[in-house]
Amino acid sequence: MSQTYTTIIGLEVHVQLATDSKLFCGCSTQFGAEPNTQTCPVCIGMPGSLPVMNREAYDLSLKTAVAVNCEIPEFTKWDRKQYFYPDLPKGYQISQYDLPMSANGYLEIHDEKDRFEPKRVRITRAHLEEDAGKSVHDEQAGTADSEIDLNRTGTPLLEIVSEPDMRSSAEARAYLSELKLLLTYLGVSDCNMQEGSLRVDANVNLHLDTDEGKVATPIVEIKNMNSFRAVERALDYEAQRQFRVWQETGKKIGDSPKQTRGWDDAAGITRGQRSKEESSDYRYFPDPDLVPIIVTSEQIQEVKDALGELPADFRNRLIREFGLSSYDTDVLVNQGREVVDYFLEVAEHCDDAKAACNWVTQEVLRALKERESIISEFAISATNLAGLIQAIVEGKLPKTRAKDAFELMMVDGIDVASTVDRLGIEQVDESALESLCQELLDANPKIVADVQSGKPQAVGALIGQAKKRNPNVDPGRVREICLKLAQQE
Amino acid sequence: MSVVEHSASELLELLARGDASSVEITQAYLDRIATDDKQIGAFLHVDPDAALKQAADVDRRRKAGKQIGKLAGLPVAVKDVLCDSDTLTTCASQMLKSFRAPYNSTVVAKLKAADAVLIGRTNMDEFAMGGSTENSSFQLTRNPWDRDRVPGGSSGGAAACVAAGMAPLSVGTDTGGSIRQPAGLCGVVGMKPTYGRVSRFGLVAFASSLDQVGPLSRSTKDAALLLETLAGHDPQDATSLDTEVPRYTASIDQPLEGLRLGIVREHFAEGLDKEVEAAVREAIKVYESLGATVKEISLPHSKYAVATYYVIAPSEASSNLARYDGVHYGHRTDRAALLEELAAERKQLEAAGDQAALDALDSSLVRMYRKSRSEGFGSEVKRRIMLGAYALSAGYYDAYYLKALKVRRLIRQDFDAAFEEVDLIAGPVTAQPAFKIGEMADDPLAMYLVDLYTVSANLAGLPGISIPCGFSKSGLPIGLQLQARPLAEETLFRGARMFEQATDWHQRRPGADSRAKKH
Amino acid sequence: MAITRADVEKVSLLARLQLSETEIETLTVELGKIVAYVDQLSEVDTDGVAPMAHAVEVSNVFASDEVKTSLPREQALANAPSHNPRGYLVPPVLGG
Repeated sequence: MSQTYTTIIGLEVHVQLATDSKLFCGCSTQFGAEPNTQTCPVCIGMPGSLPVMNREAYDLSLKTAVAVNCEIPEFTKWDRKQYFYPDLPKGYQISQYDLPMSANGYLEIHDEKDRFEPKRVRITRAHLEEDAGKSVHDEQAGTADSEIDLNRTGTPLLEIVSEPDMRSSAEARAYLSELKLLLTYLGVSDCNMQEGSLRVDANVNLHLDTDEGKVATPIVEIKNMNSFRAVERALDYEAQRQFRVWQETGKKIGDSPKQTRGWDDAAGITRGQRSKEESSDYRYFPDPDLVPIIVTSEQIQEVKDALGELPADFRNRLIREFGLSSYDTDVLVNQGREVVDYFLEVAEHCDDAKAACNWVTQEVLRALKERESIISEFAISATNLAGLIQAIVEGKLPKTRAKDAFELMMVDGIDVASTVDRLGIEQVDESALESLCQELLDANPKIVADVQSGKPQAVGALIGQAKKRNPNVDPGRVREICLKLAQQE
Repeated sequence: MSVVEHSASELLELLARGDASSVEITQAYLDRIATDDKQIGAFLHVDPDAALKQAADVDRRRKAGKQIGKLAGLPVAVKDVLCDSDTLTTCASQMLKSFRAPYNSTVVAKLKAADAVLIGRTNMDEFAMGGSTENSSFQLTRNPWDRDRVPGGSSGGAAACVAAGMAPLSVGTDTGGSIRQPAGLCGVVGMKPTYGRVSRFGLVAFASSLDQVGPLSRSTKDAALLLETLAGHDPQDATSLDTEVPRYTASIDQPLEGLRLGIVREHFAEGLDKEVEAAVREAIKVYESLGATVKEISLPHSKYAVATYYVIAPSEASSNLARYDGVHYGHRTDRAALLEELAAERKQLEAAGDQAALDALDSSLVRMYRKSRSEGFGSEVKRRIMLGAYALSAGYYDAYYLKALKVRRLIRQDFDAAFEEVDLIAGPVTAQPAFKIGEMADDPLAMYLVDLYTVSANLAGLPGISIPCGFSKSGLPIGLQLQARPLAEETLFRGARMFEQATDWHQRRPGADSRAKKH
Repeated sequence: MAITRADVEKVSLLARLQLSETEIETLTVELGKIVAYVDQLSEVDTDGVAPMAHAVEVSNVFASDEVKTSLPREQALANAPSHNPRGYLVPPVLGG
């Protein structure tokens, strides 16, 4: 039985919001503290303790929801999602159920390599909730017990749920990259996957064309994917696995309940996770300890107005204002807001935006990669790089010495003028250059003859010699002058 | 006159004049507790040394002319449901029998800041669930007027200790009548403020949208005094109201001019005890004699209040009590016994070849939860958790919980309409005087119906007060309930004080007969 | 809606209670009676009535995003039935 299938993917992304304190108490959200040193009666869920909502967490989530084009309802409230787990000390998670703070948004995605057509992925909803703690197996205790750390309990999360609009792992990855980029541009999260600031669950199934018409396979939720690469691999694996299972069993959606599978990155497979049948009865109800939030259309407009330029806006502007290619634009924008700002500053202080783009996308990014550094720590300030480019434009710095200058500026953090000095670069004036060329032609009559007989490439041999005599000469100029003088002879 | 016969306001005057020291007053109450509480059982925990130390400290500071708080040197009893970092907070439950909160409830913090002497922790129905204090997992509390009878609940200890002269002031909590009902049954004043008037921070939650802290005392003036100390906005409680607290004691002696008193037609329906009805009708006549106009009003949805309450309160309770799982605090079942039990069950199922049951067998974690909770909670608490979990579970939410929230609004709207026409609503607190211990033990539903007249105020968030208005032939106190619109505590106090000044029911004390009666 | 023994067993797992045989029987009857009483709510016309989740309806209550001192770890763990110096101990969360 040979068939083609379409993979249907929806993603649920949990983003940790960049607040200093937790969602409902004043404990720090700092990652990496000693276990159970960032807790208080509220996040331990001690009797009588009460939650009070962190304003910043709401503001950040509102900003994000507006940026992903969500509708913001006037009224939103808090609900309790109830289940028992040792890392959930109250026995319920404060979340949002039927009236989330935002819904019906979208995110536009495209592929640098054009593997898929640009498309709009719809966002079902984005809602706020508190994080749970962490359970670790305690080996030192010498028992089979688990140890519970509640430091993370109560950390603010924004859950962003997409519609099942993605059709390949590449689209899923593009969605995640674009979302992450947007979140970092907004400054609402550091999106660090290793520290759990960004977590992804995927819902996936297949649509097949069969003799009996279109059918769908049962939906599987994949968890435990710790990198975007892992998401891609897990989705590819899962699509193939579901197709195989379909061929073997013919099971369709509805034949079996939604299954949860965990991604095993080392083994490269998904594994079924044990689920209790009662686990889905979360008995949601409005949290009586927290009051609703009411937001006006004026407030939403203010948030919109204050968003600033987002990745899509930057892409348009870089193409429009500087005439950059869409490829270069992607490279710049996808590096993050700081790189774009750096580029803009370089471009502003020199007369060659395309050169600025080339320098940033090639030399600067290469240097950062080699040093495993970030743009804010880069030794060449944007104005210094602009100075370098401008010196080339104005002929004060021969192109051939530009990379030497760049390396030196990077090591010493000095400006272009001092660099030129330090490298002993002197501008070779036109008459000196002409006499140097004349000397070389005089010493090489064969080359002159070759040029005159229609072989201009013969002057190439003279360029090396000229550079030996004076390292500051511009090879292009040497070529031009030699050709001109040889013709005149 | 013994110190313990004085009202709180009088005691404050004695202290201010230097006619009595806090140590003397505190000692007098401690003596009364020592002689009488063995029979009454109002207190779960009294630490005489700590109380006397607080008293001595206040005396010293008063003598030195230092700044002292509003209740300086006055003993106050606190229901064992309000966290106090200096002592245990048990909620009368095995679950929390050794729980020590590392924080003070806002109410306790305010009492400490007012330099009150925290004289002891009062008994209650476990987690405030009940109307007789019989659900305490530690001890019974007996009604000081008749020790074969219950003091009411859940703040039974709080009411009984005031009635028996073991504390001049006491702090209770009211979720469906838990201050007003025991106050009524014990012949003292008990007041439930507007929801949000007093902070709930550090009050161990039963039903968060209904719970409210309030005062119990011998007079309305004392209740006003205590509420002034307890009330106020608390940034730690999102449901706490950010409005100024009036000085209730300053205005309480001014009678209400042109008072319009509402009488609820539905309150005088079947089931109301004849003696209670007579006392309440008599009280209304007193108001008329004081110049009030009486108007009959209707609260058409009030007959659904108990049903509404017994959906909402257990639902919230089932959730609020989920945190008692034996992991972070509270009772945990014995590990070895748990593992043994599971191993035995597994063996049995294996022998029977029952694979389905084996698959469904609890993990050791799930069994730990289930055993810890079943051992830690008493039967009424379990019943309400079951009821609440059922009402919120898939398939029933709309029919029960959501429906109840809508009826709740209709109940509130009835009150809003009524308060367009009247200033206060007067009626009975309970349908009967105090019942016998054990009388309702086997009929949970009958027990729930005891809350008939009190739950509406919690559902609607209104303030309500219970004041003594008479006695049955057998000598049991009867209470009059007054209710006012939200945040109209001042009106409520003034209206209640009018009646108190015109009558002497509040001055009666449980006689020597009942005190001497042996058990 | 009548409450069955199966309902009681199912809810007891949801609520993490372990009920004895007698408790299951008693609760089936008692909860049945209470639910039958509560069922009178169905006769109330609530069309167009907004649910009322709070006794006093306020909105937009926030705290500022300021880090406050956490509990010292010994205090946080002091009430735990089982703990080591770092954290709370429980039977294994997976399997077991």
